[in-house]
Amino acid sequence: MKSFTYERAHSPAEAAAAAVRIPEAKFIAGGTNLLDLMKLEIETPAHLIDVNGLALDAIETTPEGGLRIGALVRNTDLAADQRVRRDYGLLSRALLAGASGQLRNKATTAGNLLQRTRCPYFYDTNQPCNKRKPGSGCAAIGGFSRGHALMGVSDACIASHPSDMAVAMRALDAVVETVKPDGSKRRIPIAELHRLPGDTPQNETTLTPGELIVAVTLPKPVGGKHIYRKVRDRASYAFALISVGAIVQPDGTGRVALGGVAPKPWRLEAAEAELPNGAKAVTAKLLAGAKATRENAFKVPLVERALAAVLSEARNQP
Amino acid sequence: MLIGAVASTATAAAASAASGQTVSGSAPAPATPGPTSQVSLTVNGQVRSLHVDTRTTLLDALREHLRLTGTKKGCDHGQCGACTVIVEGRRINSCLTLAVMHEGDRITTIEGLGTPEHLHPMQAAFIKHDGYQCGYCTPGQICSSLAVLDEIKAGIPSHVGDDLLASPEATAAEFRERMSGNICRCGAYSNIIDAMVEVAGRRA
Repeated sequence: MKSFTYERAHSPAEAAAAAVRIPEAKFIAGGTNLLDLMKLEIETPAHLIDVNGLALDAIETTPEGGLRIGALVRNTDLAADQRVRRDYGLLSRALLAGASGQLRNKATTAGNLLQRTRCPYFYDTNQPCNKRKPGSGCAAIGGFSRGHALMGVSDACIASHPSDMAVAMRALDAVVETVKPDGSKRRIPIAELHRLPGDTPQNETTLTPGELIVAVTLPKPVGGKHIYRKVRDRASYAFALISVGAIVQPDGTGRVALGGVAPKPWRLEAAEAELPNGAKAVTAKLLAGAKATRENAFKVPLVERALAAVLSEARNQP
Repeated sequence: MLIGAVASTATAAAASAASGQTVSGSAPAPATPGPTSQVSLTVNGQVRSLHVDTRTTLLDALREHLRLTGTKKGCDHGQCGACTVIVEGRRINSCLTLAVMHEGDRITTIEGLGTPEHLHPMQAAFIKHDGYQCGYCTPGQICSSLAVLDEIKAGIPSHVGDDLLASPEATAAEFRERMSGNICRCGAYSNIIDAMVEVAGRRA
């Protein structure tokens, strides 16, 4: 690990200001992804700003009847919150399908959204990777790509976003609240937080330098049946090959977001109009124009079958 | 994966051997000295003040600075769970957190649970049920299994629960899911579950 200086921040605005004032600074919260990457020298910050003392760990009810989740709420606490379990079951289910108990105790809401891809070529510093070293090429294209994305990809990068939680947040229309170094605040719909790779896969979000996520807000509950179906190589503690997050209403309408198929949680509101016509019709729209590799082409029928199972579960659930 | 795990274990052993002369509480010299910081931890009930390179993980602080070598370094990347300790009542991977991030925190390691003369009930149950073979993952398994019983008691749901609103129960299926962050290369899993079932039954 490269050496770094360390400070504990005392307010979000102060933390954001420090992040642009000090060269090569990074925020650290749970640290479960950042420290892993620092040990491999994929991340090499010269300064760490510890935001754990910022009192951003509350879950509050909003005047609109939704929930405001502090950026530092740990995955365990978010999944266990009674209001989340009752009104946003999809979010609890997605969180509980991710990582291990130890990691969920540390991982934060904002950190989960900002975690990096688990593409093995991003992790292997001996391999070319446009995300890790812009311009060096992509070893995943034509390489081992079973876990990679097939929607929203480019010739520069086919890495998928690894978060389960973000899939649920996308289906729930979450909004990310931030503070910028000048102290101003911003609200970013989750659909606009993550960028597609294009020619610059190193730029993963629309956050500006120093901008700090302080909360994630959920609109008031929409009801319906909340189902998260994750397909993976092991029954527990593995990243998704694909996942389906769905909210299905009694009349058969609803929302669907996918994990494991794109560089961001994948949802197309237009595809949801097909829900009454079944999984095949929805998948045809959701995955139209898929750029699959030989190794990850199985994800297209897998999404369709997983969605069919989810819709069947929604119909048969009491 | 295996090559990485073996390499990091070997590195840890080498670092440990190289610093064999240092006294408890002082820093093993890193390859390139970096910025340092003071941190105070309460480990197994004792306040311990340390001067550490900011890069020092909680795991290395426990093992290399405090000589509490019960907590093990397996993968050093949060994948195996051998480094599991209990911080402020919650189990975490001590390899994926910095010592300086734990100012004032209460930390329990395997050394704080029991002694050879007075075993913790979970330690005794692991012995009774053969919950290990080589023993390397065992301190992490025991810290994790105790925390799992507490998590179930606190009503924290899991992936295998059918009803999100129901209180989770101390069943073998729940234990298997909740212990998935602790890998045992000897494959003592079913015996670990037996030990947990026994302790959970006794607690209820």
